[in-house]
Amino acid sequence: MSKKTLVEATINGETVEFLCEPRQSLLETLRDVLELTGSKEGCLTGDCGACTVLVDGRPVCSCLMLGVEAQGKNIVTVEGLAINGVLHVLQNKFLEHAALQCGICTPGFLISAKSLLDRNPKPTEHEVRYALAGNLCRCTGYDKIVKAVLDAAADIRSQGEGKAAAR
Amino acid sequence: MPTVVIPALLRKFTGGVERVEVPGKSIRELVQRLGERFPGIDRQLLQDGDIRPSIAVSIDGEIATGGVLDTVGENSEVHFIPALGGGEV
Amino acid sequence: MAESTTTRDFKVIGTRPIRPDGVDKVTGRAKFGADYAFPGMLHGKVLRSPHAHAIIKSIKIDKALKLPGVKAIVTSKDLPAAENKLEQSGEMTVNPMHLSMNILAHDKVLYDGHAIAAVAATSPHIAEEALRLIEVEYEVLPPVMTVDAATKPGAPILLKDLRNNEEGDKPTNVAQHYQFKRGDIAAGFKAADYVIEREFNTAMVHQGYIEPHNAVGIYNSDGQATIYCSTQGAFDVRSLSAQVLGMPVGKIKVVPAEIGGGFGGKTTIYLEPLSVLLSKKTGAPVKLVMSRSEVLRASGPTPGSKIKVKMGATKDGKLVAAEIWMAYQAGAFPGSPVAAGALCIIAPYTIENFLIDAYDVVVNRPKTAAYRAPGTTQAAFASETVIDELAEKCGIDPIDFRIKNGVKEGAPQVLGPPFKRIGFIQTCEAIKNSEHYKSKLTGKFRGRGVASGFWFNAGMQSSATVNIHTDGTASVVTGSPDIGGSRASMAMITAEVLGLPVTDVRPITADTDSIGHTDVTAGSRVTFATGMAVYEAAKDAERQLIERAAKVWEKKPDEVEFRGGMLHAKGNGVPPMSIKQLAPRFARTGGPITGRASVNARGVGPGFATTVVDVEVDPDTGKVQLLRCTVAQDAGKAIHPSYVEGQMQGGTAQGIGWALNEEYFYDDNGTLRNSGFLDYRIPTCLDLPMIETIIVEEANPGHPLGVRGVGEVSIVPPVAAVANAIYRAVGVRMTQTPMSPPKLLKAILKHRGATQHSAAAD
Repeated sequence: MSKKTLVEATINGETVEFLCEPRQSLLETLRDVLELTGSKEGCLTGDCGACTVLVDGRPVCSCLMLGVEAQGKNIVTVEGLAINGVLHVLQNKFLEHAALQCGICTPGFLISAKSLLDRNPKPTEHEVRYALAGNLCRCTGYDKIVKAVLDAAADIRSQGEGKAAAR
Repeated sequence: MPTVVIPALLRKFTGGVERVEVPGKSIRELVQRLGERFPGIDRQLLQDGDIRPSIAVSIDGEIATGGVLDTVGENSEVHFIPALGGGEV
Repeated sequence: MAESTTTRDFKVIGTRPIRPDGVDKVTGRAKFGADYAFPGMLHGKVLRSPHAHAIIKSIKIDKALKLPGVKAIVTSKDLPAAENKLEQSGEMTVNPMHLSMNILAHDKVLYDGHAIAAVAATSPHIAEEALRLIEVEYEVLPPVMTVDAATKPGAPILLKDLRNNEEGDKPTNVAQHYQFKRGDIAAGFKAADYVIEREFNTAMVHQGYIEPHNAVGIYNSDGQATIYCSTQGAFDVRSLSAQVLGMPVGKIKVVPAEIGGGFGGKTTIYLEPLSVLLSKKTGAPVKLVMSRSEVLRASGPTPGSKIKVKMGATKDGKLVAAEIWMAYQAGAFPGSPVAAGALCIIAPYTIENFLIDAYDVVVNRPKTAAYRAPGTTQAAFASETVIDELAEKCGIDPIDFRIKNGVKEGAPQVLGPPFKRIGFIQTCEAIKNSEHYKSKLTGKFRGRGVASGFWFNAGMQSSATVNIHTDGTASVVTGSPDIGGSRASMAMITAEVLGLPVTDVRPITADTDSIGHTDVTAGSRVTFATGMAVYEAAKDAERQLIERAAKVWEKKPDEVEFRGGMLHAKGNGVPPMSIKQLAPRFARTGGPITGRASVNARGVGPGFATTVVDVEVDPDTGKVQLLRCTVAQDAGKAIHPSYVEGQMQGGTAQGIGWALNEEYFYDDNGTLRNSGFLDYRIPTCLDLPMIETIIVEEANPGHPLGVRGVGEVSIVPPVAAVANAIYRAVGVRMTQTPMSPPKLLKAILKHRGATQHSAAAD
């Protein structure tokens, strides 16, 4: 067993320092070292997407990245989506549309969907499905998830237009 | 008199007869009378004095829950069927 | 959209409030089993067999124990002896010896992935290293992987003590034979103008829940144990673990964590007793979490099957005879849901003459567990394909054919007694009248298929408590783990009865010491049976509220009425009183109000679903793309329609995965070769279209709110519906699952060769 490494990263807007073993994945580090258990383990092979986090704005399966690789990175997990207790529009839309049943895949879907809407505020249904194809859900058949994301996109756009008009 | 419908694989005890009228007011009485008439069939239905865990009892089209304690009506139809509730583990 | 026959006027039921556990689940706060951590906690890992069938000659653990950080290792020697006999455990039928042998192999391993030993260490990585240091000596035996291999003369015997109800004292792999019959099939087939006979084979598939099995066990020196785990049935985990550990039920408390999917697969135990055993040996809390590969190799998938169906119909489209032979792979121990499959296979239809033989067969695969309408999807694939073919022979629209032969109230069930009020025909008519079915499907290699399905649904035992707080809000406590949004329904039922806003009711899933016995979340029973207990508990609270108001008003209870959430004194002059107004006076009128109820629910109303799918087949690759899908299902009464739709959509998606992609792929040595989500491919969002839903509401007369239970039946029709659509698209009748590109392409090429050959002969 090799020695632990000191890693400094920005996680959900806060600068944090933590110790992790070289063999620990980012997912394991988040969950077991930093007690951020919102990111879930479904497969450890990058197939299910339940552990998806944003690393410098890009969606990444945190099970496929080492904890030590987080050095100097900006990481957003599901715990960082709500700001000061105010839910992100995606979180609200998932609730309104009943886009979750058991909820284990939800953190990963929210992060992947945020990544999509950050890049493309006006996605088509197909673009939503393409962007979320790396996240597996076994409960919903995806129908309500896709609808929630499309509705969130519409909401963000109308807010944007509202802001533009106000200016 | 209540009617007991004999499961296909136990009809070897009844000489192939499917529907048997049996007097009785409870499942316990019906099984006892069945055993008197068709020796051996009661042992297929009972374990430790109650209905076998692998068997469910349907009374008038509904799965009963009381085992040998369930009561039956004058014109009840009783089926012994494989237990399905919850599955086997 | 709902076609309601439930005319009662509801205020809360039928609306779509935000689920009470929702915020926790979108913020990452919800605590699933693997999220639990305790000071000093150790991590466990399980050593699993690389062989499908072998005798364990020796297990040496000394080297592994010496690895720094390793605290304990357990093998089957640490388990008490267990009896080889069927017993009732809660509502489960259990053979204690088989259960024990599945937790840790005794003298033999019976499938690739069978647990052999478990290690507790200071980190999961050290525990994993320790597994590699455990030395097991095997005598490898030939694997028995299929029903055919298990039943041929001279087949290797898996379980030396297994006997069935027909072969006397002969060792066998056939655990059970079931038979159901009615009428005279010879006469029935004689009357038929068309007879279709086909053999079907389906692959073993997994429930595919995203959350792996997990357990944290804490054994205290006073002999009390606590288990935290994700399960569909905390009380079943308790009774089954007690069985395996030889502990009294009352010494184990099970705390159900949030559960990340189950679909039947989390109704039994795997890691739970190991966590307790390891905790007992180490004195520390021990957590075990399966990897995805372990989930696929060693939890309980649903059986692969071989089913032969022969059915006959008259020219005018009346089904007159059915002869069915079916055998299911139970896995390493008896107990496949073949009897359920046999009772469901022709359940939607009135057929006067039938003979069904069903066999439960052990093979060197993991012991199967329940999966959504267990045993029925395989069966419906066979029967609904043959029915589609008969409809075509008769020249009748497949939906009309089903309506013509479909069961209605009063029609005899397979076992004989008549159906009470059911909604099968209504699901067919809902599809027939749907915009989807009325639309025209155009384009090459496209086809539309329909199929229907039946599932019993279940009743069983549930307990509920409704507490009225001092501010007039309430909590409702049940023992049913919430797998798909059922807490919302429990809060809504309570709110409806007590006239409260649903946001004033907090629903709780309690541990096994905090609520009366409650059977497993399975059989679509929670909204039905636990909902019945909640309804009764709320009614109990209502009775007490009336008594208290009567006391306050110095009247008799029968002079007080509860209407619209308000207490009214009969006669005039007294202004009505809300629960909020009464609540502060509970202390002076007799103390807190707690409504309670426990039920062993009767009045179960079976569920039916009918599904239509449009597909496009790529004739060069055999790939099937779903274009459109609509499902109609009888819910009895939809308490929260969004979550009813969710069940219908989720079951349909699983059925589509079963139809097109999913299969357990074993090599010749009996090793599972696709034990990951990359190769065991469940549908992604790109594979599916929107899944349109039509909720039929044919109230169940056996439930105070008309509820039937909706969790399962939607998985039953899709496999057959997809097969029927493929036939319409490319003229090929598929008789095996999955209908994956290589298999479909092979069938297309064979069909093309045959048609070209016959064209050449002309």
